[in-house]
Amino acid sequence: MLDRILIANRGEIALRILRACQQLGKQTVAVHTSIDSGLPHLDLADETVCIGHYLSANDIVMAGLTRHCDAVHPGYGLLSENAEFALLVEQAGMTFIGPTPEHIAQLGDKVRARKTFAKLGIPILPGSIEPVTSVSDALTIASEIGYPLIIKAAFGGGGRGMRRVNNESELGAALNLAMGEAQAGFGRSEVFIEKLLTAARHIEVQVLGDGNGSCVHLGTRDCSVQRRYQKLIEESPASSVSKVDLENLADKCAAAMASLSYRNAATIEFLFENGEFYFLEVNTRLQVEHPVTEMVTGIDLVASQLTVADTNLLPFDQSSVTISGHAIECRILAEDALGQPSPGLISGLRLPGGPGVRLDSHIYVGYRVPHQYDSLIAKLVVHGENRPMALARMKLALNELQIDGIVTNLERLKRLTEDLNFVNDLMNTNWNPE
Amino acid sequence: MDIRKVKKLIDLMESSDISEIEIKEGEESVRITRASASVTPPMTAAMTTLETPVAAPIETVQKPSGHIVRAPMVGTFYRASSPGSPSFVEVGMRIKEGDTLCIIESMKMMNQVVADKSGKIEAILVENETPIEFDQPLFTIS
Repeated sequence: MLDRILIANRGEIALRILRACQQLGKQTVAVHTSIDSGLPHLDLADETVCIGHYLSANDIVMAGLTRHCDAVHPGYGLLSENAEFALLVEQAGMTFIGPTPEHIAQLGDKVRARKTFAKLGIPILPGSIEPVTSVSDALTIASEIGYPLIIKAAFGGGGRGMRRVNNESELGAALNLAMGEAQAGFGRSEVFIEKLLTAARHIEVQVLGDGNGSCVHLGTRDCSVQRRYQKLIEESPASSVSKVDLENLADKCAAAMASLSYRNAATIEFLFENGEFYFLEVNTRLQVEHPVTEMVTGIDLVASQLTVADTNLLPFDQSSVTISGHAIECRILAEDALGQPSPGLISGLRLPGGPGVRLDSHIYVGYRVPHQYDSLIAKLVVHGENRPMALARMKLALNELQIDGIVTNLERLKRLTEDLNFVNDLMNTNWNPE
Repeated sequence: MDIRKVKKLIDLMESSDISEIEIKEGEESVRITRASASVTPPMTAAMTTLETPVAAPIETVQKPSGHIVRAPMVGTFYRASSPGSPSFVEVGMRIKEGDTLCIIESMKMMNQVVADKSGKIEAILVENETPIEFDQPLFTIS
């Protein structure tokens, strides 16, 4: 039985994890940096420990050990997909609330993950099977798959180490740039090449495994509205593809992850174009956009993660997962129209509310948004009987929400949700009306 | 020593009345002492209000005077190199820049904290063998 959980994250997700822990009667130890001493979950945690850095695995493990924690929840980002951190936590005798270090390493290597999923009968994008290290290799592959193509870091994420290549003359320079970025950003220079889809939908499947060969899915999400390869608006269920096709995809994903004996939560991401799904990558952690899945399934995903870590059993079976209505999430970012971060003091706040409206956020009047961390300050999530009703609620909630003192992307989100392409569910990952 | 073993020892102590335990394994040794109930005041800042906007993180701990030496990492604070050895420093002692002040045990590593200023030890702000946070004030030097 896990009694005391260390929350190895910050911001809204640290608060989200704390709530799930407290709901299940578990004590919490929250870590924070000196800059972050004003985060609201610190007042609610049983104990807090100041650490040097959120990427300081040693500080976090020592905080857990000296405060007698028996498990660590990594949240998303930071160390959540770091196999060495997961191993360190387990070697210290604590439970890592997530997959095994081996699965993090296996699925976090995108080249290996492509091979793994191709073998499990899930279609992958045309491209390189092995890492590409020379321009001549790249030219050979490019001549097979054609242009435009995309070069990606094998160990990358978040849009870094990614380069679009439109024709042969750009290939050599782009390859070197991508390898340099991959080395600088992720410490590994391996890159691979995939065909670039120019009008694809981003569709993903949420799964939860028990680590012993059972795995369920919690339906699909559509995250096609992105900016610079980062998601901005997410929905569940995906509604632009037929229900039957989505169900087949979700079943295939659950079966694939079951065959790996995968443990805890994961998301399998796809691109969908011209009636075909193509495997993109697996995220071996909780996703930022998990609330839309919670809204349509009624299942608390974070609490489910804790239960799986606690018991090595799934808290529900596939037949008890039902999708009801439609949910939309908007990421509220502290940044200006050009995407530049806008840190500062929040001097006023008007919060949205009413039926089917949820705000996951750590901000309050008097909170200072630090410039050192991610610009995500809130996730506005709504639920409705269907997509038009959810969208109507989102528009009202976006109008109600007011954040004074800093610049946010609220106005941009209002325009996006008013756009006819969005209203009619016709977006794709390259859609950018501005 | 395997860190899992240390964790087991801590658990063992928790369920017993033992207040101190020392284990030797070859060249390595570990001593665990039950921490006193009052550790350190939490570092959480009070909610800032609009009337008093603050730029720097607020210190709720009482402000010690003099030059403060802070913890460079999370771990366990030791005043001596080994149990039974004399403490590196005592209050009132004169020290030179570079002198060892204490040890912080983190991930099986003993990390020496040295003085970044010469002077006199004015106060020792942490009890021996207690868990400490990053940036926690440890000593003041006048």
